[in-house]
Amino acid sequence: MEDTLLTDWSRAQFALTALYHWLFVPLTLGLSFIIAIMETIYVKTGNLIWKEITKFWMTLFAINFAIGLATGIIMEFEFGTNWSNYSWIVGDIFGAPLAIEGIMAFFMESTFFAIMFFGWDKVSKKMHLLSTWLVAIGSNLSALWILVANGWMQHPIGMEFNLDSARFEMVSFFDVLFNPNAYSKFLHTVGSGYVMGSLFVVGISAWYLLKNKDVIKAKKSMVVGATFGLITSIFLIFTGDESAHQVALNQPTKLAAMEGLYDGHERAGIVAIGQLNHHKEIGDDQEEFIWSIEIPHALSILGFHDMNAFVPGINDLVYGDTDHHNIESASQKMEKGKIAIAALKAYKKAKKEGDMLGAEKALLDFRTNEKYFGYGYLKDPKDIIPPVALTFYSFHIMVGLGTWFLILFFFILYFTMIGKLEKKKMLLRAAVLSIPLGYLAGELGWIVAEVGRQPWTIFEMLPVGMATSQISTTAVQTTFWLFAIVFTGLLIAEIRIMTTQIKNGMEGH
Amino acid sequence: MFETLSLLALQQYWWFLVTLLGALFVFLMFVQGGQTLLNTLAKTETEKNVIIASLGRKWELGFTSLVMFGGALFAAFPLLYAVSFGGAYYVWMAILFCFILQAVSYEYRKKPNNFFGQKNYERFLYINGSLGIILIGIALATFYTGGNFIKNDMNLSSWTNHSYGLEAILNPFNIAFGLTIFFLARSQASLYFINNINEPKITERAKRQLKLDASLFLALFLIVTVMLLFISGVGYSEKGFEIVNYKFLHNLLETPLILISLLIGVLLVVYAFYTTLFKASLKGIWFSGLGTVLTVVSLLSLLGYNQTAIYPSLSDIGSSLTIENASGSHYTLTAMSYVSLMVPFVLGYIYLVWRSMDKEQISSEEVESDHHHY
Ligand code: HDD
Ligand code: HEM
Ligand code: HEM
Repeated sequence: MEDTLLTDWSRAQFALTALYHWLFVPLTLGLSFIIAIMETIYVKTGNLIWKEITKFWMTLFAINFAIGLATGIIMEFEFGTNWSNYSWIVGDIFGAPLAIEGIMAFFMESTFFAIMFFGWDKVSKKMHLLSTWLVAIGSNLSALWILVANGWMQHPIGMEFNLDSARFEMVSFFDVLFNPNAYSKFLHTVGSGYVMGSLFVVGISAWYLLKNKDVIKAKKSMVVGATFGLITSIFLIFTGDESAHQVALNQPTKLAAMEGLYDGHERAGIVAIGQLNHHKEIGDDQEEFIWSIEIPHALSILGFHDMNAFVPGINDLVYGDTDHHNIESASQKMEKGKIAIAALKAYKKAKKEGDMLGAEKALLDFRTNEKYFGYGYLKDPKDIIPPVALTFYSFHIMVGLGTWFLILFFFILYFTMIGKLEKKKMLLRAAVLSIPLGYLAGELGWIVAEVGRQPWTIFEMLPVGMATSQISTTAVQTTFWLFAIVFTGLLIAEIRIMTTQIKNGMEGH
Repeated sequence: MFETLSLLALQQYWWFLVTLLGALFVFLMFVQGGQTLLNTLAKTETEKNVIIASLGRKWELGFTSLVMFGGALFAAFPLLYAVSFGGAYYVWMAILFCFILQAVSYEYRKKPNNFFGQKNYERFLYINGSLGIILIGIALATFYTGGNFIKNDMNLSSWTNHSYGLEAILNPFNIAFGLTIFFLARSQASLYFINNINEPKITERAKRQLKLDASLFLALFLIVTVMLLFISGVGYSEKGFEIVNYKFLHNLLETPLILISLLIGVLLVVYAFYTTLFKASLKGIWFSGLGTVLTVVSLLSLLGYNQTAIYPSLSDIGSSLTIENASGSHYTLTAMSYVSLMVPFVLGYIYLVWRSMDKEQISSEEVESDHHHY
């Protein structure tokens, strides 16, 4: 039933649409709070200049928001259109957060958005401010629920396989909701949105300072942006560390790929920078890196918060290491998975024939091997390892950029405080250039999370090939190209509108 | 409290919620209807701006209802969600593309340097309002007329032909259904403008337009209802699925509640047309809104209750879906039912916000003086 070409096109389409969606979401998450802070300053001080500043950033917010909605609606329905087996097999668990997101978050956003934009003269100042905050809170709530859903895919808990309906069913809503993975994910992801919003405000304000335009408003925006950015980029690094810790606990294959670690160690180090050896294959004895700079012990500390912890490498995970570390080999897991699949079939058959005894026995077989069910569908033990180079480089560039943003915000704020920012042309230029870097870091983060999850859609439960809709590859190819064209067209429109608004300046708002 | 309900009761409750969301969405389609009337009702640029401003404060609600409709279907009836979206692939994708276009058009239409140009954004709005709505009607109609799918004993489904849903546009009932919704949306748009806009010229034209659209709608609605009562549906019992002649007529007669609410709904819509056209009332949209919701809930209820398939399979009747075999588990439906208690609260704040924004009718002076208009 597996069709690799179909699966790959479905993945490509999901990746394309998700990466597009993620171009717009972070700014919504971050800028909404920054605007709310600015408006709060206006309401507190009554200073009209802050009202104009607020309105200027709001205009940019709206331009971005519209295309965020356009790309978001696709994401929701794509689970049905392209991942329909998935939708059935895990819909009992996965559908819930998605529906809650709609009820709790999307209506809040879209309703108060109307006041935020058109209500300046229709409701009181306080009511307007409240609406602005509610839009910010609503957008962050939507992030919460979708990340609960995604966190569950990374670390599925709170459910049980029901043999009769042949799907996973929820047994604990609170386990799903308070999944530790979902929390680190939520905090880190919204954190990245806050940093993105700050980079945007700081970068554009820096551009105004370089052009000597709207200087007063730009400086005021800069203070809010850089302060928010400094605080949130510290937060981002801490939550990133927590995310890595969660990966280490639950997704050892992803961690090994992120670090390019082939042979496990106690007191494992982290490669700070390095170049992977492309010829290296799983199981051979070539060097992993052509060159690298390593920080000793750091991986054990980062991953497990314990200097002596053992970090399993790719080879350990594929070939197993039952002697020292109780790691089963992938082929052993595949064997057990096949037993589980056979037991499921036997159960169904026995049930149909009314053979209660047989069904009971099959059920028992299934439950003992249930944990490995997903492995039964894999073909090659090496398949459990995600693409190493993509995961490794994405991760390292993201972390490097995170460090850079912290430094950037620190210096911007420092020079603003001592009143010398306008003279620091290099720094201002760096701030402008950091806007695209922020987008890059976020996209790379998702590549780490999602490519690193391969070959699973639901980690260790459902391999990607099992999850797709059974439609023709041509159908998916057609829509893939349509999306590529339409979204690119809209992106061009968005960028042109945005830059024109920025060039027209902050006056008149 | 919900824990004590039987699985069947929960499934029925959730089918009701799905129909309610669907109905609210159909009501909010007046935005789409309005988009197709832009060039008919507005003769000057200023008038266009007024219409866009009037619709622009509401379009997101409709958009969000569509998202919510999908979300509720996914959570409560995952198999229906999987089979319909994953099988009638082209139809749903075409609908989604129409909504992508809508999402950006309000905001980008008038912005300088907007790449596609104002005319094209207005065309996008037209496409969303016409093709998008008719296709949604067709997709909904297939819940009565069925789809070409099979599912295996693991409940995994596939489509049996390669037109992936496009074949649905050849069925006369589906088309009539789509067109009915289209003309309903346009009629409601006129009612909405009459209520919302303070520009005599526009409202005058809206009234004239309403006469036309409302007559077409009523004629089509009659045709669709008659067809619906005459077509056969799929029923089920312990013995399995079977084709039942006049299934929906039976359902209607056997469930007086649905019959009554359908009648009240239709009367309210007709009354709305009447007071607006002959009594110069501005409140028509409220009557037709309520009427639309009641009517759509009733029509969709004919599917979900009384041992009826919510999605008949044309390829293998045994694969047909019902609220019982397509739903989430007892546990999930219970948890989601608690979540559903939030719905009245959400409707409440939407109503309050809407009221405070619409205290005064929109006029050209207001739109021209507001820097932030669309
Ligand atoms: C501006 C964007 C940005 C920046 C600068 C960083 N991150 Fe990040 N990162 C994200 C934006 C992001 C993200 C887009 O929000 C991701 C994707 C999925 C997720 O949970 O968050 C992510 C994922 C992600 C993951 C994978 C989580 C998973 O697979 O579930 C880890 C381990 C880290 N990050 C760690 C870090 C560390 C240690 C950073 C140090 C500075 C860092 N990130 C900076
Ligand atoms: C908006 C941010 C996101 C981005 C940029 C993103 C990116 C990606 C990428 C690059 C892939 C392809 C991976 C591969 O095939 O190698 C993918 C697959 C996928 N992602 Fe995400 N993702 C995002 C959010 C999410 C969320 C929140 C969910 C679930 C709630 C999700 C569910 C999926 C699914 C179902 C697939 C397809 C199956 C698979 O390849 O595993 N994604 N995503
Ligand atoms: C693959 C999973 C995802 C799905 C199914 C999804 C779905 C959607 C939908 C349907 C909308 C439009 C909402 C409306 O009608 O008001 C939307 C917008 C939004 N989504 Fe996503 N989304 C996904 C990924 C994400 C992620 C990972 C985040 C945040 C961490 C996120 C945050 C938002 C926000 C803040 C908006 C508001 C509008 C904007 O983007 O500017 N989404 N999403």
